[in-house]
Amino acid sequence: MLAKRIVPCLDVAGGRVVKGTSFVRLRDSGDPVELAHLYYQEGADEVVMLDITATAEERHTVTDIVESISENVFVPLTVGGGIRSIDDVRHMLLSGADKVCINTAALLNPTLVSKSADKFGSQSIVVAIDAKRIGRARQAQWEVYICAGQRATGTEATAWAKRAVELGAGEILLTSIDADGHRAGYDIELTRAVSETVTVPVIASGGAGSMEDLRRALVSGKADAVLAASIFHYGICSILEAKEYLAKKGVAVRI
Amino acid sequence: MIAIVDYGAGNVRSVSNAIARLGHQAKVISEPSEVANAKAIIVPGVGSATDAMANLRTLKLAESIKQWIAEGRPFLGVCIGLQILFTVSEEGGWCECLGIIPGRVRRLPLGQKVPHMGWNQVKQKVSHPVFDGIPDGASFYFLHSYYVDPADRSLVIGETEYGIPVCSVIAAGNLIATQFHPEKSGKIGLRMYENFIRLATAHIY
Repeated sequence: MLAKRIVPCLDVAGGRVVKGTSFVRLRDSGDPVELAHLYYQEGADEVVMLDITATAEERHTVTDIVESISENVFVPLTVGGGIRSIDDVRHMLLSGADKVCINTAALLNPTLVSKSADKFGSQSIVVAIDAKRIGRARQAQWEVYICAGQRATGTEATAWAKRAVELGAGEILLTSIDADGHRAGYDIELTRAVSETVTVPVIASGGAGSMEDLRRALVSGKADAVLAASIFHYGICSILEAKEYLAKKGVAVRI
Repeated sequence: MIAIVDYGAGNVRSVSNAIARLGHQAKVISEPSEVANAKAIIVPGVGSATDAMANLRTLKLAESIKQWIAEGRPFLGVCIGLQILFTVSEEGGWCECLGIIPGRVRRLPLGQKVPHMGWNQVKQKVSHPVFDGIPDGASFYFLHSYYVDPADRSLVIGETEYGIPVCSVIAAGNLIATQFHPEKSGKIGLRMYENFIRLATAHIY
């Protein structure tokens, strides 16, 4: 049986993981390479690393980190942040990423998705969607935001997800802007709406505050994977504890 | 020396990282002449069988690989490296492959998410030294949209459920090939590489 995936996320700026640096259990693990290795040892099914500064100056630092992670972590590595061209995609794949995540540039330049998928295969192209709720209660709808959540696009999220898959995305990384950082649970309705719309795997992101939140996104939200940062960085639970909890609740996970 | 065949569509870096981690020497090669000196060859792969076959033919590696396998020398195929061993693939409209193992490569059936992406269990159909130290039902990382359907089912030593039983490991003499990516399957995957290298280096050519 295909296991649901637990995916820790490292947001990197200036060569350091920016969430969770003050956390006790991982005192000296603002280092992304160390943290990725720790999560790998704890049973992470994949690792996602996002360059949140996404500047040209930062790019070589990120490349070094990707190379080091891929030498020490033998599970899939997805890298994103500031990917704007086919060359950016190629560069990350050659540096050791298994998948490359495209967000703003995918919406502004959809042919980047189709060209990248043609060139490197859909399996290596993840389209990231940041969405914000606009509808009410029964007719909930979500609008896609770009540029790190700063710019509204007027595009509806499920429609964009469907289009992204048609263009060649092999996976959707779906973040709820409303839920992100609040640790009060994922946006289950959004997750379910997108999961039921597309034929490729969906990674739910934004809002994880407990192990039960992970379960809800996977079961009620029908996500294939859950991404979380704070709950692992701040030691609310370890990856192994999360998996043991999910297994006990009847969710198929790899332990 | 373990040769990793680079034909422009493989995740050679991940595979060479895994081999290096196990303390073995790996060399990435893309010239037919370099194949001869290897103890074993590994053909990794991501992407499409169509592109892989086109590149292998352009680089004149298709014949070298066929000859290598015909001589019974140790071979490990991963993902696309498994699929290209077959007669023909449905991918890209009937792509002719190496024809070493009779059978077809088919599209995964509807009703499941495609690609088949993530960790899934491998049921060991027979006891085989490539499974040494790996529990029956252990999970490996899969990432594929097509699956192999060998005419001779006795070659299937590992099977995985994904709507249908999917052939996930085949063995024929010194040829072993997996649909999943051992280099992305954590410690269990590294163990499988270790088993393969041990088997490969036990033979003297």
